[in-house]
Amino acid sequence: MDVRHRNHVTVSGRPGGPVVMLAHGFGCDQNMWRLVVPALERDFTVVLFDHVGAGNSDLSAWSADRYSTLDGYVEDVLELCRELALGPVTFVGHSVSAMMGVVAAVQEPEAFAGLVLLAPSPRFIDDPETGYRGGFDAEDIDELLGSLDANYLGWSGAMAPVIMGNPERPELGEELTNSFCRTDPEIARVFARVTFLSDNREDLALVKVPTLVAQCSSDAIAPREVGEFVHAQIPGSRLVTLDATGHCPQLAAPEETTAAIASFVEALA
Amino acid sequence: MRGCGDEEDAEAETDGAAAVGDSGGRDSSGDEAQLSALLEDSAEDLYEHAPCGYLSTLLDGRILKVNTTLLDWLGYERDDLLGRRYFSDLLTVGGRLYHETHFAPLLRMQGEVSGIALELKAADGSRLPVLVTSTVRTGEDGQPLLIRTTLFDARDRRAYETELLRARKEAERERERLQRLAATLQKTLLPPILADVPGLNVSAYYHIASADEVGGDFYDLFPLAEGTWGLFLGDVCGKGAAAAAVTSLARYTLRAAAVYNPDPVAVLGNLNTVLNHEYNGADPRFCTVIFGLLTPDPDPDRGGFHITLAGGGHPPALLMRADGTTDYLPTPGGQLIGVLPDAHIATTAVRLSPGDTLLLHTDGLTEAHVSAGLDSEDRYGEDRYGDDALLDFARTLAPTTASDTVDAIRDLLDTFGSGVDDDTAVLAIHVPRPPSEEQQ
Repeated sequence: MDVRHRNHVTVSGRPGGPVVMLAHGFGCDQNMWRLVVPALERDFTVVLFDHVGAGNSDLSAWSADRYSTLDGYVEDVLELCRELALGPVTFVGHSVSAMMGVVAAVQEPEAFAGLVLLAPSPRFIDDPETGYRGGFDAEDIDELLGSLDANYLGWSGAMAPVIMGNPERPELGEELTNSFCRTDPEIARVFARVTFLSDNREDLALVKVPTLVAQCSSDAIAPREVGEFVHAQIPGSRLVTLDATGHCPQLAAPEETTAAIASFVEALA
Repeated sequence: MRGCGDEEDAEAETDGAAAVGDSGGRDSSGDEAQLSALLEDSAEDLYEHAPCGYLSTLLDGRILKVNTTLLDWLGYERDDLLGRRYFSDLLTVGGRLYHETHFAPLLRMQGEVSGIALELKAADGSRLPVLVTSTVRTGEDGQPLLIRTTLFDARDRRAYETELLRARKEAERERERLQRLAATLQKTLLPPILADVPGLNVSAYYHIASADEVGGDFYDLFPLAEGTWGLFLGDVCGKGAAAAAVTSLARYTLRAAAVYNPDPVAVLGNLNTVLNHEYNGADPRFCTVIFGLLTPDPDPDRGGFHITLAGGGHPPALLMRADGTTDYLPTPGGQLIGVLPDAHIATTAVRLSPGDTLLLHTDGLTEAHVSAGLDSEDRYGEDRYGDDALLDFARTLAPTTASDTVDAIRDLLDTFGSGVDDDTAVLAIHVPRPPSEEQQ
């Protein structure tokens, strides 16, 4: 198995510089980082990849078995670190990928120089027993799955022939403009479940590598109190609240996001 | 960093709309004024009462401007929304998750997103399915300033899509039902088991080209008067239910006719008469058949069988001798059954000795397309397998047995894949060597 091909890995930037590995979250692919990469490339070696099932990853490597829990993704990250052999990396995980970084760093701390958790949430669903508030209930997640389905159905007229079953004409799917976030509906459903139904709260306290928690000032998906929870649970972690709003600061406020990542990585050196 | 500049630009957006609206009252003659009044070409009015919802927001989604249509759909007052609420606040929670993980990132990356299905939540809690398209408006320096969004009422469309899905599922169920029906009908047209003929090894195979249609091939092997057996293999012109009716008629006619008079020429002659009577109108139905009368050699020491074959326009039988000699057994001059009032039927007689194998087949086998792949227009090439290739293939098998022959033909058909576009039936009979000769 060629993991570089499997995860459509690209390595760029300053050779020999500190290694920054950028991991995209649920929804799109490594294009999510396009606004922060140019600035990071000046000082760092930048590793980009697509999770299996997303972007230009090898779809034949996807199986519901391996990727219906976070563990399959965590294994992929660790395999990438080993295979690329670039030394300890600073892993920047956005959204669900933040928890992949947490679990990977707990399993193999020596592979990581540091963790940047960008808009993280260890659990999206409220847990009344412990008083934890993730911001959502199980019905909300079902509703998201409904939205996913509706958009594979209603995703512009160009999709209609594809919907009606036209496997012999794959080019019909290629015409879509919204291709960065195009995912096989089956894969998207499974990844949505992994993202929104995982609970990694207990992993947080086990993190031993330097960690930056970077949350947005107003984020409908990962509210501020969730970021504060992550910060409180990870020993010695730092918390930065970005001015950026929404769930994707790397797109909404690329300069601010780049600055937060860069200053953290430089402080590690 | 962003905030202040956006607010100013947002005001510019509002002012701009008003300015365009004012220009509606320009100088014009009486007719033109009347026409323009009829056209309601006030930009303001077009905006406010457009048949779709309009929304302008800051880049972070805060609502700056909203038209009356959308306010009416949602049951909000303008002041409920302006500057206070974000676009994603108008969505269901699931829709909000989709917005944050797909819609917003795409919009940032592409500058526009079109035709996304989302659900709005109205003030009274009711839901409204919409199709959302957004574009980012940029300033002169290319900096993104704000987001313009149109929302189309998608209630009918959503219902239509649900109906499409339902119809597709139903069509799939119907197709399965049809295939089950076709398979069942096909089975009833073939003998469940072939008669056991002492001293003869028999094997047959029916290849179905399409699961959706009943094919027109048929065969049988059955006992006649003491010590004689009849066998036939044929192909009705056409496919589907009409062909199946002829197949059924041909099959039972052949069996009954053979009891009445087992002479192969008489059997096919009677079938010809029946088909002529039945289908002599505008819808002629005909078939090709080979019929054989099988009798054991009266000398038990010699073993083997005599077979008399009568052909009505059917591909000739193939005889594979015990010594490996292989050739067709032509019945030249035999005419299609069911076309002419007095079809000419040709016969041939042969002795099957121990070790010999006789193969009957329909032309689905020799008419199979064998050119590799499809041409540029997605059509199969004109290369067919052909009689010569089948003869060469049989020569590589001989000497052989009935079951080995049929197995080899099955494998051969598999290599043709979808090149076999017609049903194919094969029937092989073989006279085993006496056990004393088996070792040779």
